Amino acid sequence: MTGAKPLLEVEDLRVEFETRVGLVRAVRGVSFTVGREKVGIVGESGSGKSQTGRAILRLTPQPGRVTAKKLDFDGIDLLKADERTMRDIRGKRIAMVLQDPKFSLNPVMSVGKQIAEAYRAHGGVGAKEAERKALEMLAAVKMRDPERVYRAYPNELSGGMGQRAMIAMMLGTEPDLLIADEPTSALDVTVQMQVLAILDDLVTQRGMGLIFVSHDLNLVASFCDRVLVMYAGRIVEQLRASELSQAQHPYTQGLLAALPRIDRPVAELQVLKRDPAWLGEGA
Amino acid sequence: MTGAARRLRGMAEPLDAGQPMLAAEDLHVRFADVHAVRGAGFAVADGESYGIVGESGSGKSTVLRAVAGLNPNWTGSIRIAGETMGRHRPRSFHKRVQMVFQDPYGSLHPRHTVDRVLSEPLAIHGMDDAENRIERVLREVGLGPAFRFRFPHQLSGGQRQRVAIARALILEPQVLLLDEPTSSLDVSVQAEILNLLARLRAEHGLTFVLVTHNLAVVAHMCDRLAVMNQGRIVEELSVDQLRANEPAEAYTRQLLKASLGYDREAARALATFD
Repeated sequence: MTGAKPLLEVEDLRVEFETRVGLVRAVRGVSFTVGREKVGIVGESGSGKSQTGRAILRLTPQPGRVTAKKLDFDGIDLLKADERTMRDIRGKRIAMVLQDPKFSLNPVMSVGKQIAEAYRAHGGVGAKEAERKALEMLAAVKMRDPERVYRAYPNELSGGMGQRAMIAMMLGTEPDLLIADEPTSALDVTVQMQVLAILDDLVTQRGMGLIFVSHDLNLVASFCDRVLVMYAGRIVEQLRASELSQAQHPYTQGLLAALPRIDRPVAELQVLKRDPAWLGEGA
Repeated sequence: MTGAARRLRGMAEPLDAGQPMLAAEDLHVRFADVHAVRGAGFAVADGESYGIVGESGSGKSTVLRAVAGLNPNWTGSIRIAGETMGRHRPRSFHKRVQMVFQDPYGSLHPRHTVDRVLSEPLAIHGMDDAENRIERVLREVGLGPAFRFRFPHQLSGGQRQRVAIARALILEPQVLLLDEPTSSLDVSVQAEILNLLARLRAEHGLTFVLVTHNLAVVAHMCDRLAVMNQGRIVEELSVDQLRANEPAEAYTRQLLKASLGYDREAARALATFD
């Protein structure tokens, strides 16, 4: 990669779905860049944060339509790339961890075999080496008994363990960019912390770029470098994570005030009053 | 609520002074080869809001389900308002104790209208004046009469949880057992539901037992809490102690630290408590 050029450049990204009830504009003109850093995308359900992540990998489900002025990854125009190029990018150069391991893992293949398969497909390693690495990565995501998890089928694992297995699969291929869609929301807080530490190391030590999609404003503020706040398909505010408490947009402020906090007791939580003006034009 | 007000509303007699509304002692729950709850004990006063927190697999929900009578595999003692509970719960128990579940998508019958969801408990308990009761309870949970003949799929997640709360409330219970009532909701909707629950507790003098993994939610909603790990209550403390960062147990301190957000050093220092 060259100098200061960001890893990913997104300009005026739009994702639209033609449905029975009319055109749904899930993402409405989103622009941002990601370097070798942790970028958080926060928003509530329906804000378009997940569709933004999927569009980058061209995984928008049918009948979705993706358009953008620019969608560049490390000099590759993702909008024009053919399927063969995309297959080389997916999993190997840009990896994705989805929220729900129940739907992301193959139910009739042992977890270890699936992880090893990913390494063989993307990492160019042999079967033995792939198995060794899978066990190593399962240990890295803090599985108590990596051997057992390797042999287990997805239904034999808890949600948190399945999620960590997914993360192990993505980490082993050493991607340049990881899109993590609510990767830790099914995890206990202490396991979440350990998984975040692994992601943190990958960014700071290996120079990976990370897009961290989450609904958890406080978590994103404490973990990421920058935060994009999405509302109704648009980025309403971009700011440094450390400056989240000084957010200017009323939506961001409203979200922060709606959260109960251990360190700040309130008699009643503030309820978000949505302003139609936040939708912007073309909603 | 005063005793007189309670009698006027046809509710059960008030408790003797000092008698807890809900008490569990030496509670054990076993599944096939898993000893899920290992001797848990706690007491909740009338009108108190009590939290049970812990990580997944700690046994917190299992304790609540045993209290609710949804799990017959328990041993030990469970008393509600002084009355000792057996395996099967009498109808009077369900009149007094109601439960709200985590997933409002799973806990409402997909082919029953809101009206039917709310009518059923009234019919089971032979309560009169269904018409007015349904209208009143819908108003109380912030849903207008327009919602009465809708199906669950015509409601948002927050509206469904309001219906689930209305279903619990329509029997005019004294105790609400809440199992992660806002965990599957957006932050802004969670605030609305927590505010609603707090208001209902104040208005009806309800006793809450709230199970959650979210320490901030417990801090906001409860007076005291129990911290569970591996089937045991490792510590019972007041919310003030929690807020002042003064838990006695290392496990609770770690849980609290992890709940405050990501911290590189704390992540490295995490210990396993078996």
